[in-house]
Amino acid sequence: MSEHRCFVYGDNINTDLIFAGKYTYTLRTPEEIASHALEDLDPTFAQTVQQGDVIVAGRNWGSGSSREQGVTSLKWSGVNIIIAESFSGLYFRNCINQGVHPIVCAGLSEKVKRGDTIRIEGGYIIHDGEYYAIPPLSPSVQAILDAGGLAPMLAKRFANE
Amino acid sequence: MSGYTFAEKALARAAGVSSARAGDVLDIRPDLIFSHDNTAAIRKIFLGFGAKRILHPDRVAITLDHAVPAPTTLHAQNHAEIRAWVAEQGIGHFFEVGRGICHQVISEEGLILPSEVIFGSDSHTTHFGWLGAFGMGVGRTEMAALWATGELWLAVPQAMKITLTGRLPNGTTAKDIALRILRDLSVQGGQYRSIEFFGDTISTLSIDERPVIPNMMAEFGAMNAYFPPDETVFNFLRARTNHSYTPLYPDNDAVYEAEYALDVSDLAPQIALPNQPDNVVDLDQAIGTPIQQAFIGTCTGGRYEDLVMAAEVVRGKKIRSRLIVIPASADVMLRAAQTGVLADLISAGASIATPGCGPCMGNHLGVPASDEASISTGSRNFKGRMGTTDAPIYLANAYVVAASAVCGMIVHPDEVMS
Repeated sequence: MSEHRCFVYGDNINTDLIFAGKYTYTLRTPEEIASHALEDLDPTFAQTVQQGDVIVAGRNWGSGSSREQGVTSLKWSGVNIIIAESFSGLYFRNCINQGVHPIVCAGLSEKVKRGDTIRIEGGYIIHDGEYYAIPPLSPSVQAILDAGGLAPMLAKRFANE
Repeated sequence: MSGYTFAEKALARAAGVSSARAGDVLDIRPDLIFSHDNTAAIRKIFLGFGAKRILHPDRVAITLDHAVPAPTTLHAQNHAEIRAWVAEQGIGHFFEVGRGICHQVISEEGLILPSEVIFGSDSHTTHFGWLGAFGMGVGRTEMAALWATGELWLAVPQAMKITLTGRLPNGTTAKDIALRILRDLSVQGGQYRSIEFFGDTISTLSIDERPVIPNMMAEFGAMNAYFPPDETVFNFLRARTNHSYTPLYPDNDAVYEAEYALDVSDLAPQIALPNQPDNVVDLDQAIGTPIQQAFIGTCTGGRYEDLVMAAEVVRGKKIRSRLIVIPASADVMLRAAQTGVLADLISAGASIATPGCGPCMGNHLGVPASDEASISTGSRNFKGRMGTTDAPIYLANAYVVAASAVCGMIVHPDEVMS
């Protein structure tokens, strides 16, 4: 069982809003990248986010550019779970490969408010007495997530070679 | 049993399995992988997980295009690290500052062929569908994994069928088709999907027009997009490569989870208003909006014919707003120089810059000030895209962008040309 504080956003939030393109070749450290997370959408996010907080979003979260900092800027801010009505395909893959759990969940984003706490237990998200099932991932995709992402999984493989 | 989509066929081929269905998770071994200015960051991830040598350096292409020539010392340092890496790893295809934008250059070089699979660490990799290839964008970690192992996991996407019929009227272009699709079906319309095109319009589109639509399917959320390759594509490749290939076409009874049809024969010029590429209306509804900068360029709208359209509009006139023209490649620039197109643009007052991505993502070469409006042939007008959140961006075809530069406000090209 775990409890998480929620930051709530709407539909079609693109990766330019999550991590602006002008920073992509100049900022390199996790701290620098995290400090600009969601800057153009929610300037207070980077100052207020804490380890274990989650994003709850509407449809098509992470559309637009494939830039991975759209995920890592949040991960390095302490966000390890992102819940959305739906994700862009590229963003969903980037989450898995960074060890951030993308949860497709219908209905939650309309109910939950910024600052609410959700509980995750036994394959469900629980909010305000309502249970929302967490859809299972295919075994090979789950294995990447369990390893902490694609890079840690490959690190094990190269260490054994 | 039903037939197969293009995506099912292309991914089965690249995974080395006899057949595949949407939803299957496969290990795909792409024919070519590429990155750009993000290569130095990918190297860091690659070394971080303990890999040392790129498995197939002959299947790797790297293009310096996103911030070229380097606008700051930090960007120059990034390029220097990439050059050193290219030399150390013996990377097969390296394109220096000024050669052009990755998607355009790889197409011109004949490095990707019908039926092949290409992964790039750039979302507009959907572009390569114009050649009948499977092109998909990947993240930096995925590219590092591809360098190390030559393969990547992928769930075969569901497919959507889009049928285009009729011939475009004068003054409208493939850009208007892409904008119309986004207008009708939204930026979520293609999510997770292989967008497979059919219909008699495709054969009427030129080499320069074709890539626009698969390219902009990135804005549609597509995994990949596909045009069935025809004689126009085969002729283009004949001049560029002697490698053989067998084109792939979807089966007549393939299963599509969604379908959409568009008759383009009475399509009006379209324009995307700020701040999303599906916020599209007929051009008529945006007439008179003041703009301070017009930009002709990018992987979406910087090919030779885009420059020709702009030159037709501005020839013999003086522009009122700034007009930045950035050819998508050195080949495009050279041809425009030889045919007098660049002279027409420069005489009208345009600024010409080094082939590359330019100000599209807010790096350099003409980023707007606060409250300055831009009109662009590019594909993205998200809030803040060109560097500051209070500079609105409009997207349209090259005729409209050039005509708007002449008037300092959004106009119909007929007003300028007649």
